[in-house]
Amino acid sequence: MNRARRKQEGRWAWRLTGFVTVCVYIFMFAPIVATVVLSFNASMFGGFPMTGFSLQWYGKLMANEQVLAAFRTSLWIALVTAIVTTAIGVTTAFALVRFEFRGKQALSTLVILPALVPETILGVGLLVLIKAVDQPRTMLLLVLGHILLAVPYVVLIAQARMIGIRRVYEEAALSLGASRFSSFREITLPLLVPAVVGGALLAFTISFDNTSASLFWRPAGVETMPTQILSMLKISISPEINALGTVMILVTVGIPLVGGLILQSLTKLRRQGEPKEETQ
Amino acid sequence: MPEATISSPRPASAGATAPGAAATADSPAVEFRDIDIAYGKFVAVRDFSLSITKGSFVTLLGPSGCGKTTILRSIAGLVDISGGQIMIDGRRVDDIPIYKRNIGLVFQSYALFPHKTVFDNVAFGLKYRNVPKPEIARKVGKALEMVRLPGSEKKLPSQLSGGQQQRIALARAIVFEPQVLLLDEPLSALDANMREEMRVEIKKIQKETGITAIFVTHDQEEALSMSDRIVVMNAGAMEQIGTPQEVYETPATAFVADFLGKANMLAGTVSRSGQAVVLATGQTIDVASPRPLGDGSKVTVVVRPQKFSVGAGTSVNRLTGRVVSASYLGGSAIYEIDIGGKTSLRANAPITGRVLREGETIDLGFDPESCILLDEDGQRIS
Repeated sequence: MNRARRKQEGRWAWRLTGFVTVCVYIFMFAPIVATVVLSFNASMFGGFPMTGFSLQWYGKLMANEQVLAAFRTSLWIALVTAIVTTAIGVTTAFALVRFEFRGKQALSTLVILPALVPETILGVGLLVLIKAVDQPRTMLLLVLGHILLAVPYVVLIAQARMIGIRRVYEEAALSLGASRFSSFREITLPLLVPAVVGGALLAFTISFDNTSASLFWRPAGVETMPTQILSMLKISISPEINALGTVMILVTVGIPLVGGLILQSLTKLRRQGEPKEETQ
Repeated sequence: MPEATISSPRPASAGATAPGAAATADSPAVEFRDIDIAYGKFVAVRDFSLSITKGSFVTLLGPSGCGKTTILRSIAGLVDISGGQIMIDGRRVDDIPIYKRNIGLVFQSYALFPHKTVFDNVAFGLKYRNVPKPEIARKVGKALEMVRLPGSEKKLPSQLSGGQQQRIALARAIVFEPQVLLLDEPLSALDANMREEMRVEIKKIQKETGITAIFVTHDQEEALSMSDRIVVMNAGAMEQIGTPQEVYETPATAFVADFLGKANMLAGTVSRSGQAVVLATGQTIDVASPRPLGDGSKVTVVVRPQKFSVGAGTSVNRLTGRVVSASYLGGSAIYEIDIGGKTSLRANAPITGRVLREGETIDLGFDPESCILLDEDGQRIS
């Protein structure tokens, strides 16, 4: 009797959990789905109901010089950010894990700090600093800002991987005659590849879809993709924005996904063949 | 026969070889002169001097934390010494970075590069010595044959068993003919069967190549079976150096007697100016002190378990006790014997009649020559 009731209660608890879970997922993904679906809407207005399927908004996007310019700007800023951040992040992580030096704790905290400070504060701060030394807002400032934002994440990823690479590999390489630089290049770096690729992809994404800090830092007349969307929204909610949003989603989700898949197949290749048993 | 010599506490006569002197044919392969190694306030090794002859197999034996691995790593340059000098082949190496020391290193955890094939692993050291490619291929092939894994060039370390990986690591360490081969507990990660096989193999390869090998282990069996010389270490200092037989048969200190083969240690006082000892348990036994001792001074009598004979015999010394436990090993049996006074002995004797059971009375015989005497400080009386 009692047991049956408890079973009943258990079932209800599970149903409730399931219901809440579904609600949360709907809440999270419905706006994204709506954006993607509406980008194919034939209607002039950027909202429901759908009046038919059309690719016209994508066509308009392709013809919009402003949007294309913003896309190109975002793309190359993200690329430069990814490359520079990965180089800085990986070497910093290497130093933090492998060497003992004065102020190591301080450096470790300092490197992570930009991830903890609210982006707006960081954006205003850098702007104030630039004004204080009387420098104009340039593309360089924007790129440096993005690097500042992305470095903590790359350091954290590389550090986690670095801890997993045993020091004994480097010691073996050194004992065999490789200099410290050679042993890093030939042993540590290849073993760090997953962190390098992962860090680069993350840095790219962080830069590519950054909005609030970019608003402060971009030079006059320069738009990145997110700021372009924002300024288009000020005029009207055109279906073109839905198409643009879909492209953004494709890039920011697609690139890490593809990168992850490539990495996975690479490691699979390396692990091909099961370890063999001793034959004697 | 390769030999390792020790000149304790200081090597040779001072000034015989000036630091940094040119290498000569008869300079030792490795020489330590009063080295100290400290990590902050913790002194891992103090005042360690040792000279290792070319072509010999020397083992540093001791419990974990005794400083043996630290000494090995200091030869490689992976640990900085805080005092003294290390010479390799007559050349002072204190300031030479590890990658210029020409040393072969084998690690407990193999440390094969996981992303490189067996060939690239073994060829690594040759590549950095600018050996031409065809020569590299030939030498790698030869090294793999030596460790009995020919044809494994294209495999990755993850495709090999632990024993195979350690053999590749050995090939990698010897292929460029280093001046010294350093082995840091290379067998501890292997299972028992593999361990014995590798023991023989390492020793064989060392003999074939004539390389000087320094081996670190905490396993006394490994040390006794492989070494030309054993250096017994305790708490950062050397306890004794000698051939396996010397350190086993005539331990210099109580620590060595206990660490190698768990010897019986019986406390007692001297009588008949060193020809007899009255044990704390009351019995009197004959001993053979190499020099006269003052009656009444305290000594410890060390007797190896193998030196006892069980049952009636002609031995001078006789002890009677009760068997606490008996383990049958086929050819011999190990007895734990209570001889009264809260003292128990361990005897490992060949089986002549039947194996005695727990609680039975046992007669033990041993000769005065089998007794080693230690003074109050635990040092052998000689």
